[in-house]
Amino acid sequence: MERPEQAFRSRELASRASTEIRRIAGRLSDTVRIMEVCGTHTVAIRRTGVRSLLPESIRLISGPGCPVCVTPSGFISNALHLIEDHAATIATFGDMVKVPDPEGRSLAEYLGTGKVQIVYSPQEVLQLARKIDGPLVFLGIGFETTIPTVASAFLRTREEGLRNLYLAAAFKTVPPALRALVSDPDCAIDAFLLPGHVSVVLGLEPYRFLAEEFHIPGVVGGFEPLDILLAILKIVRQLASGKAEIENAYPRAVRDGGNPVARRAIEELLEPESSLWRGLGRLEGSGLAIRPEMEELDAAKAFNLPELIDYDPPGCLCAKVIQGKALPPQCPLFGRRCTPDSPVGPCMVSSEGTCAAHLKYGDGAA
Amino acid sequence: MKNDGEPALITLEHGSGGALSSELVEKHIYPRFSNPAYPELTDATRFDISGELCMTTDSYTVDPIRFPGSDIGRLAIFGTCNDLAVAGARPKYLSVGLILEEGFPLADLDAVLDSMRRAAGEAQVSVVTGDTKVVPKGKGGGIYINTAGIGEHVAGSKLAPGAIRPGDSIIVSGPVGAHGIAVMAAREGLSVGSDIQSDCAFLFPACHALMALGAELRFMRDATRGGVAAVVGEAASAAGVGVELTEESFPIDGAVRTVAEILGLYPLEIANEGVFIAVVSEAETERALEILHGTREAAQAALVGTVTSEHPGTVVLETEIGGRRILDLPRGLLLPRIC
Repeated sequence: MERPEQAFRSRELASRASTEIRRIAGRLSDTVRIMEVCGTHTVAIRRTGVRSLLPESIRLISGPGCPVCVTPSGFISNALHLIEDHAATIATFGDMVKVPDPEGRSLAEYLGTGKVQIVYSPQEVLQLARKIDGPLVFLGIGFETTIPTVASAFLRTREEGLRNLYLAAAFKTVPPALRALVSDPDCAIDAFLLPGHVSVVLGLEPYRFLAEEFHIPGVVGGFEPLDILLAILKIVRQLASGKAEIENAYPRAVRDGGNPVARRAIEELLEPESSLWRGLGRLEGSGLAIRPEMEELDAAKAFNLPELIDYDPPGCLCAKVIQGKALPPQCPLFGRRCTPDSPVGPCMVSSEGTCAAHLKYGDGAA
Repeated sequence: MKNDGEPALITLEHGSGGALSSELVEKHIYPRFSNPAYPELTDATRFDISGELCMTTDSYTVDPIRFPGSDIGRLAIFGTCNDLAVAGARPKYLSVGLILEEGFPLADLDAVLDSMRRAAGEAQVSVVTGDTKVVPKGKGGGIYINTAGIGEHVAGSKLAPGAIRPGDSIIVSGPVGAHGIAVMAAREGLSVGSDIQSDCAFLFPACHALMALGAELRFMRDATRGGVAAVVGEAASAAGVGVELTEESFPIDGAVRTVAEILGLYPLEIANEGVFIAVVSEAETERALEILHGTREAAQAALVGTVTSEHPGTVVLETEIGGRRILDLPRGLLLPRIC
């Protein structure tokens, strides 16, 4: 029996797409630099071997698309501060517990004490809050993909009248980060492979400025090998014809208008604010803060948390890596002092981090 | 309390060395493992054995203790026997160390011991010595088992990574990934994987059959924790050779593939308990597959890759779509307490 996903993993179609990409890329005079913005793409491109089917003249650069990687390390200090000075329990997605704070400490210190609870879904946070005495703070990280489910869980909290649950919001939104990247005078990105999951929520509209203001093509891609190859094919076709458009190569999941219901859930709880990104600095309108009328949910207000700071350990190139300005092997710590078992920088912590994916799957040069 | 006054749960006294300890051994353990050659389990057992021997030990902490297709008892017998089998030895004698948690139901212990007795019978090994300890409630996971095994080396050559040569073939003995998924589904109560059976099996017959190849059989290893990726990766490093594997050539059960996909797991990194990797010479590859296909445990054996002198220490995988990438040793705590 044919597995449903096999249709998107056909060796023959992959080979044809690869040949066509090579043919068109061969006509382009320069090396093409395509940034994939989403961490899931970073992994899929390497795990499935797509990377090795592309010509050397196409360089895929991993962008700031791994939630753990773009969260400033001061966020971890604040979480430790909540445990140690406010007797709070922290609920978080698993990857965050291994991230070192500026002093090299991490939430892993508190694993097994009950003070740090790893959750797999925002719904679990509600169940925890009902069981736990004392304050429970959820570390809200991630992009438009995860924010709607977190937002709807917290909106439910309010209805339910749970008084001990708080949200430490360090959410990020993708379009402002893309604007920051392309506004950088050193930017050498020729096109974007746009994130499939984020676009399910956003649709295509928020990316239009890339094409219209900066003349940079962007194509939304899915996560199966043929989805990715198709998106790259559409990108090189645009580049070859001198066009710059925002295209949808993942129509089975992404509607051009996105998902308005999910966006409403975000807007009900959160509003845009400036936000500090690891590596990119503070970007206007790139974060989401809890609305004033919901402030009793806001851990930052309830516990008077200090302003977030960013800090990279000496030698760590994560900040450059997530901007596409350095490749993981250029970092002196990569694979030596910094490994998935003992990560120094966030790009090695998350399995979707550029450095972790690079180390695990190689770069297609194998 | 049962009618005969014996508690239904394990107590600290069962491990005290006193009357209740004796009763546990006399009533529950001896009757299952004594045999005419070794009528009494003693602290140390004498046996006649000569020639080259192999010895191994392994501990079993799997959670839950029962899962579709097997249980901790069967695993503890076969797992240790398999470590001997892939080293080229016929398993002969086992020791069994039980670490029980206070409050563990005696009926569950009986069930585990029954399962061990049946497995030992199937593997034709004798349990010749053992030990039982009880730890306070909350300090153990119900039951942990350690088994050590001694076997007679019967292979015609030394099976070791050092014997692997460029050009050799890599064979996998059967479909991969079932054990890890079965345990995971049982532990997490996943309905989606509940019909998947662990592949837990006694591998000596298949390994023994393959030993007919003599020195053309280079190396064998059971693909337990870390799965095929770990075993092949470690062998490549130890032998200082490169390996090229083809993703498509691995037999993988359809349900295992689907559940792994949903959970974000990769079948080549998932633990097996009845699958081994064999490295054989290129010339004897067809014969090796024929031999394995004639056995029950390796009826679905498949050629999955070759050894090369290029990229020493690195395993390169040709992916389903025809791409290439590194197959690294699995990292991180993928699935805790899987065996």
